[in-house]
Amino acid sequence: MRKSNAMMLAVALTMSGTLALADEPTIEVEGAWARASIGVSRPGAAYLTLRNTGEETETLTGLQTDLAMMSEFHRTTTDDQGVSSMSPAGDIEIPPGESVLIQPDGGMHAMLMRLTRPMIEGETFSVTLLFADGDELAFDVPIYGIASRGPQTE
Amino acid sequence: MTRRRMLKSGAGILLALGGMLLVGWWQVDGPGAADPDIARPLTITDMSFALTDHEGTSVGPETLVGKPSMVFFGFTYCPDVCPTTLSDISAWLEDFGPEAEGMNVIFITVDPERDTVEAMADYVSYFHPSVRGWTGPGDEIARSADGFRVRYEKIPTDSGDYTMNHTASVFLFDETGRFSGTIDYHEPREFAVPKIRQALEIPSEEPV
Repeated sequence: MRKSNAMMLAVALTMSGTLALADEPTIEVEGAWARASIGVSRPGAAYLTLRNTGEETETLTGLQTDLAMMSEFHRTTTDDQGVSSMSPAGDIEIPPGESVLIQPDGGMHAMLMRLTRPMIEGETFSVTLLFADGDELAFDVPIYGIASRGPQTE
Repeated sequence: MTRRRMLKSGAGILLALGGMLLVGWWQVDGPGAADPDIARPLTITDMSFALTDHEGTSVGPETLVGKPSMVFFGFTYCPDVCPTTLSDISAWLEDFGPEAEGMNVIFITVDPERDTVEAMADYVSYFHPSVRGWTGPGDEIARSADGFRVRYEKIPTDSGDYTMNHTASVFLFDETGRFSGTIDYHEPREFAVPKIRQALEIPSEEPV
């Protein structure tokens, strides 16, 4: 499956060839990061880039984290008047061989609502991505400063 | 000979005309043009509003005259667009260094209900020290937004809170308060920096 977890892959590879193929990690997470928050009253945002190294389109349906009571992917759009708005992104398709930028530059972010604790610069928190086929992918997200522009400038 | 010289000077005139046309195109229709769909802000001196900065000082349009200004509307409960824009602005200012020190850099909230003077002070402290946060009564925020031709709207969210849709462009003014240009959300650095240079009236480094 798509967990980029060496242990899981090793287990999968010891099984039958087809199963091992089906269970090969096909989604890679790159450039995951989040901005620190001021307290817990404001919503937080996390960013990541997903690359599909497999043969089939993967569909991201949502995420979970114990850092927030509600979290969902949001899309930011700017209309022809220059007015920006956010709306739930819904299912996000990642075609084979392509990357989806859930980054400031990509117009999407993971919106973390009703924080359970402050997001503190230098700490990390765990995020689990949920996919349409029932697969999950867990990883840690580093927290940078509020004014950070992402991993490339850290 | 004479004929050839005439041809040469003719070509020179044509070249000069072409150059003028190019400059005209750049400013009117080209990348140098203000987006025709977006209403231009008024000249600062034609605006009228009274707000408070994050240190509790009374501010208004008059505060922005005498130095070039960069003005952006947003709110501190904004998780994505506002911190991204303020980070971009902070990075541009760092690029300019001392040249941008004389610039007014103003972040005006469209959410005065939650963005008190204290909230603004806390928030702007995380960005470039030049960034000033302005808030005030709802009707004065509305008057300032009207002057800058900024639109904003309160939108309830699933989590029971609300968010704000708002104009996310950065507005530039020269030191007399005359509108000098707009930097759109996510405009690449190579377009943003020359616009700031223009507002600061620093001659361009690149050959034209």
